[in-house]
Amino acid sequence: MKTIGIILAGGNNKRMKDLTAKRAIAAMPMAGTYRAIDFVLTNMANSHISKVAVLTQYNTKTLNEHLNSSKWWDFGRKQGGLFIYHPTITQKNSNWYRGTIDSMYQNIHFLKDSHEPYVVIASGDGIYQLDYNKVLEYHVQRRADITMVTTNLQEWEDSSRFGQVITDEDGRVRDFEEKPMVETTREVNCGIYIIRRRLLIELLESCIAEDRYDFVRDIIIRYRNLKRIYAYHLDTYWSNVASASSYFKTNMDFLKHDVREHFFKGGTAVLTKVNDFPPAKYNPGSSVKNSLIASGTIVNGRIEDSVVFKKSFIGSNCVIKNSIILNDVYIGDNTVIENCIVESHNTIYANSTYIGDPENIRIVIESNNRYSI
Amino acid sequence: MKTKKEMIAMLLAGGQGSRLGVLTANMAKPAVSFGGKYRIIDFPLSNCINSGVDTVGVMTQYQPLRLNTHIGIGIAWDLDRNRGGVTILSPYEKSENTDWYTGTANAILQNIGYIDSYDPEYVLILGGDHIYKMDYELMLNYHKARKADITMAAMPVPIEEASRFGVLVTEPETGKIIDFQEKPAVPKSNLASMGIYIFNWKVLREALITNKDVPSLDFGMHVIPYCHKNGNPVYCYEYNSYWKDVGTLQSYWEANMELIDLVPVFNLYEEYWQIYTNSDSVAPQFVDRDAAVERCIVGDGCEIFGTLKNSVIGENVTIEPGAVVTDSIIMGNTVIKKGARVEKAIIAEDCVIGEDAVLGAGEYKESTFNKKVYNSDLVTIGERSVIPSGVTIGKNTAIIGVTTLEDYPDNKLESGGAIVKAGETV
Repeated sequence: MKTIGIILAGGNNKRMKDLTAKRAIAAMPMAGTYRAIDFVLTNMANSHISKVAVLTQYNTKTLNEHLNSSKWWDFGRKQGGLFIYHPTITQKNSNWYRGTIDSMYQNIHFLKDSHEPYVVIASGDGIYQLDYNKVLEYHVQRRADITMVTTNLQEWEDSSRFGQVITDEDGRVRDFEEKPMVETTREVNCGIYIIRRRLLIELLESCIAEDRYDFVRDIIIRYRNLKRIYAYHLDTYWSNVASASSYFKTNMDFLKHDVREHFFKGGTAVLTKVNDFPPAKYNPGSSVKNSLIASGTIVNGRIEDSVVFKKSFIGSNCVIKNSIILNDVYIGDNTVIENCIVESHNTIYANSTYIGDPENIRIVIESNNRYSI
Repeated sequence: MKTKKEMIAMLLAGGQGSRLGVLTANMAKPAVSFGGKYRIIDFPLSNCINSGVDTVGVMTQYQPLRLNTHIGIGIAWDLDRNRGGVTILSPYEKSENTDWYTGTANAILQNIGYIDSYDPEYVLILGGDHIYKMDYELMLNYHKARKADITMAAMPVPIEEASRFGVLVTEPETGKIIDFQEKPAVPKSNLASMGIYIFNWKVLREALITNKDVPSLDFGMHVIPYCHKNGNPVYCYEYNSYWKDVGTLQSYWEANMELIDLVPVFNLYEEYWQIYTNSDSVAPQFVDRDAAVERCIVGDGCEIFGTLKNSVIGENVTIEPGAVVTDSIIMGNTVIKKGARVEKAIIAEDCVIGEDAVLGAGEYKESTFNKKVYNSDLVTIGERSVIPSGVTIGKNTAIIGVTTLEDYPDNKLESGGAIVKAGETV
């Protein structure tokens, strides 16, 4: 056991539009049956990291419910385990997490009480598969102080919401621009770092002493010429779902054969809380084309190029196109939905129409009464 | 230290279920897949936890590997407990009289030590081979209210079928049992015993020890008649909901097919009384642009490129382009290759059906292999079988093992035929 994990799952941002009215980004439903944080938790479990802290503060209800038992990710153990830390008022502190550094500093006991030499810090909204031991190997071999994982951004993604990284031939970070207006490179920071535990404690303490709270700005950028900061290039699928449009496109990526092969058939299944819904049911009159359907769903109508999450009901003669239907949505008969994300637990009355723009996906939030239909 | 439990369950899961033919060649009947996601044992196990019974001993004997891995430490059913939970009880060697489980009651007799460790008032005896949802707590309440020593669950069946069951004759007012008939030629009642019993543990313990030398000690044949004769009050708990025996290939196929009805009689989609299972996959299923799926239930992680109609599809199944599957049950991890045609078949786990193979062709013919097991139109393929490309397989057939073209004279297996490869047992 060389490594402990910290998952930064605190956040929200305006780019998520109304989707995070309900839950934190890390708890966003993903790919039909998962939530965003499942991917990083699975990576931690598969990398044999057995002690993991999840730092969270924004709208944590769904995330807490999802993580109510750690056994689904094999973290239910005596040695290590899964720990969820919210900001808490103490004699010394009355603040929320004021930034990523502050969130770790407020839980510095987790770092100080561990004995493992390394820490993996990862965000809760990345969709990827990665064995962190490979990053650690690279880190040790480069004699790095901090290693950050970088990747070449997908074509459809907007680089201006990422940190852009320029390295030398050896992989050492030479320049780093956080969310620049003008793109310098498509190689971006994935928000995954490996650092020695003692160095992290030291850096956190000196930052807090100067009221510096942001890991990227106050450690990565500020220290980049002082410390040996290296970039580990991730060459398989990676996506960050922290904007409504990225969220939509990442889900749609799972309609691609190679993406499904990568995540589902690679021998290491993505782990998630199990719901035990019955198999999906296709009734007479249903027609499903190029779509993902999750368990518990009952289909009576037409579905094309869409992702339908768990326990949804699609009425007769419905037409669902290029849309995402989140968990437990009831859609009455003869309804047309196109280019939309339909919020979970919604009830859509029969004979309704919701049409979005392919370039600007419409987020449908209805709170109709389910049982008066 | 003893952990006192009011009632614990003892689940008999050791039987082969030989009338399921090649499906139970390598696993006990309770481990057979059902309904695109489940295994038969999930139903009694889920009933236990939903009824508040959190201590279950599962007695295994015939081919237990699949059952053991499925149950694991009971996480899927919330039966992973510090106090109680699920325990697999296999026959074990003793200093004298080492024996397999020779009968239903003999299996309990050999596990008196396990039951005693929980010091229960009541013991619930269950089988592992029926599909039903039942609240055992209601049955226990009935048992207590009647001050019974034994309560037997029973279900009214058509009188002409009653001779297949153990029949209970009751006092009409009280439900007290006055007579039993085991598979009678002329049944005196239409109440069929479901093989579900609640015993006062003291009464059962005494009866088991007294009768310990009876060969093949059985509840219906020996223990219950003995208690009845001794004057212990025995009551009948009448049950009137869905309860399906899936002991034959035909009844197994029918029970699966009932699940695809528009509103199934046995509804898995109700939120109340969930059925839990230890599943291999949680990935969503993908339905391709050229696929057609209608009147089916499809398990997680499937990739559907072909046509599916009136079928029950398990987890992680691949239906390749141009394949057509109708009126069939396909279990987990099986691949149906391009252009294959599958009609009225039961295909077990991890099989590969070759390109352009045709299953279920021609007319019904009597089985030349085993008339007792194979007596319908169904094509039955055992687990891990391989069917080569381009062969035609008739109706009422059975195949298990990795078959090659040499096994099929003229690329054909006639109706009523069977292929059992060396190393496979049936």
